[in-house]
Amino acid sequence: MTAPPTHADYQLSQLDQLEAESIHIFREAAAEFEKPALMCSGGKDSIVMLRLAEKAFYPAKLPFPVLQIDTGYDFPEVLAARDNWVKRLGARLVVASVEEAIKNGVVVDDGKTSRNRLQIGTLLDAVEKEGFTALFGGGRRDEEKARAKERVYSHRDDFGQWDPKNQRPELWGLYNGRLHGGEHMRVFPLSNWTELDIWHYIGREQIEIPSIYYAHERQVFKRDGMWFTESEFNPCKPGEEVVTKVVRFRTVGDLTLTGAVESDADTIDKIIDEIAVARVTERGATRGDDRFSEAAMEDRKKEGYF
Amino acid sequence: MDLLRFATAGSVDDGKSTLIGRLLLDSKSIFEDQLEAVEATSHSRGYDYTDLALLTDGLRSEREQGITIDVAYRYFATPARKFIIADTPGHIQYTRNMVTGASTADLGLVLVDARQGLTEQSRRHAVLLSLLRVPHLVLAINKMDLVDWSETVYERIHEEFTQFATKLAIPDLTVIPISALKGDNVVTRSENTPWYAGPTLMHHLEHVHVASDRDLVDTRFPVQYVVRPKSDDFHDYRGYAGQVAGGVLKPGDEVVVLPSGMTSTIEGIDVFDQEIDEAFPPMSVTIRLADDVDVSRGDMIARVKNAPQPSQDIDAMVCWMTTQPLRPRQKLAIKHTTRMGRALVKDIQYRLDVNTLHRDQDTRELGLNEIGRVQLRTTVPLLCDPYSKNRTTGSFILIDEATGVTVGAGMINTGA
Ligand SMILES: Nc1nc2c(ncn2[C@@H]2O[C@H](COP(=O)(O)OP(=O)(O)OP(=O)(O)O)[C@@H](O)[C@H]2O)c(=O)[nH]1
Ligand SMILES: [Mg+2]
Repeated sequence: MTAPPTHADYQLSQLDQLEAESIHIFREAAAEFEKPALMCSGGKDSIVMLRLAEKAFYPAKLPFPVLQIDTGYDFPEVLAARDNWVKRLGARLVVASVEEAIKNGVVVDDGKTSRNRLQIGTLLDAVEKEGFTALFGGGRRDEEKARAKERVYSHRDDFGQWDPKNQRPELWGLYNGRLHGGEHMRVFPLSNWTELDIWHYIGREQIEIPSIYYAHERQVFKRDGMWFTESEFNPCKPGEEVVTKVVRFRTVGDLTLTGAVESDADTIDKIIDEIAVARVTERGATRGDDRFSEAAMEDRKKEGYF
Repeated sequence: MDLLRFATAGSVDDGKSTLIGRLLLDSKSIFEDQLEAVEATSHSRGYDYTDLALLTDGLRSEREQGITIDVAYRYFATPARKFIIADTPGHIQYTRNMVTGASTADLGLVLVDARQGLTEQSRRHAVLLSLLRVPHLVLAINKMDLVDWSETVYERIHEEFTQFATKLAIPDLTVIPISALKGDNVVTRSENTPWYAGPTLMHHLEHVHVASDRDLVDTRFPVQYVVRPKSDDFHDYRGYAGQVAGGVLKPGDEVVVLPSGMTSTIEGIDVFDQEIDEAFPPMSVTIRLADDVDVSRGDMIARVKNAPQPSQDIDAMVCWMTTQPLRPRQKLAIKHTTRMGRALVKDIQYRLDVNTLHRDQDTRELGLNEIGRVQLRTTVPLLCDPYSKNRTTGSFILIDEATGVTVGAGMINTGA
């Protein structure tokens, strides 16, 4: 909170209510699970999570490490923002690399499977090796229709799988953290936040986020109606032409799958204005991975995706 | 901006998901890619119209079966308010998911199919909403297009529900005739119901006064986490972190720590790196005490002259949520605020018949989706209040120790 809240009517604004709920979730999970970790992609949602975790335990440091799945195809600006945050918080960083996982035969790169999908095996391997019992994820229910169905404490069986038809009831703020050996929990402190809430919060808290969220000039080419970054990992196919555009990213992930949108929003306020009138969801606008089928996200989540 | 959380309720196929789809669509909260996807699916299935329920029925099996299985949370905002919607399933098999969605709601939206009137399931849901103390209730009489917009039908269901509701704790009831499919009286006023003078559903949702049902008198602070930095800068810092469940806390307040009964004074209240003057529900704060008393997770900070009685004998209404019935002598894990313990079922006093509200005292067990009054003995004292006074300190969950699954939801009775 930027100003000490002395509210005559004892009402919290909706953003303060969301913040209080998220902090409650962080503390609850940190108290109940033996070995939690915070999954951080370096994107805006993970960074808001870092901020909330910072607030939840201040003046103590985060009582858990930050876990990143390095796809090898990450945006350098995103990794830089993540590093700044980890350094400032004095947190321990655990990196699980898809590249390493391929080398060690943990996952198989058949040239067809996306890096995004190869993250699943890499992640589950890291969970097993490090013995994590809970993973904080930045998923929001407003992102996608399968996520809209997910609990705050989302149970994963010993294969890391989600069973959407058989979720535990979750009442009030009474989260059930019971696990058997080999199982783990995904914990989603941002469940009730919308994309707009995230941006309002970033603005209010003046949170440092990767520069690629702001409008900038970029060498891009068009594929499936989205603007992709030209890079050695993502070469143009015949017929695709590289042009310079002023763009920004609404989500960040694997750069071979994450598209940019044309935009001149180079400040938080302009981004908020742009999103308030946006007619397409952030994933619909920018994520190749969700476009394959109607249940793409549900299927990936069942396998153990974020 | 303020926040309204509401949950749908009612029998299967009464049109809950369609209504939420309609609300989202007419308030322009649906994105083009979402609408296109739903239109394409409706078209490929040969429907005559766009099935708006597909906007919230997000799981593969839900779309295949055309029913809601688990709660979907949806969000939208108007200039007046932000809304968090829990669209719950009507199917009796998934009652536990309805309870999940309704437990945090400020308002319950019960749908009834105008052709059928009240069913056992709509009654069950109304009973659950009243037990969960959801403070506002809307009865939406849906599918009015299929009964020729008949005022008589509306009046009959209105009357029938009012009769039933007199036996329930429903502080505020509003009845609205609608067509979720066509949009009548959802966001825009219908020309088909000239006899109806009340608000549209959206108008009501935007303006219903969510009178702070938070208790600002009885101070309750369940300790969640002890913050001990063990760093050079904050060498002696020891803070008790938690979310305020009741009352207003201020530095200088004399407080008691339960269950130990030790007293102290609040030295300071921190929110991140700021000290604040007062803390109230539902703020998440960290409290520092003047004395070096022993406080740990599961303890509660309250006022010296206004504290809950620690009790190991709990009398509560329990909603049972698993196929294996609840029986006397059963042992379960219990979670109440931030406190875990074990509970022994001492007695099942009665089972509530959701149709007649008759108390069946001959029952020896509670089956799946049944509600009853239960006596428990717990291994640790619970620091509780009646649920009617405080939804946080008055509620608990029961967990099966073998499977780890949440199997019961409890609401503590007055005088427990
Ligand atoms: N004619 C008419 N049909 C409606 C109306 N509202 C809903 N329907 C239809 O009723 C059927 C069931 O609607 P749903 O919205 O899926 O019902 P539900 O209450 O969400 O069902 P569950 O979630 O499974 O309990 C669908 O075929 C809808 O198109 C209405 O106002 N008029
Ligand atoms: Mg439904």
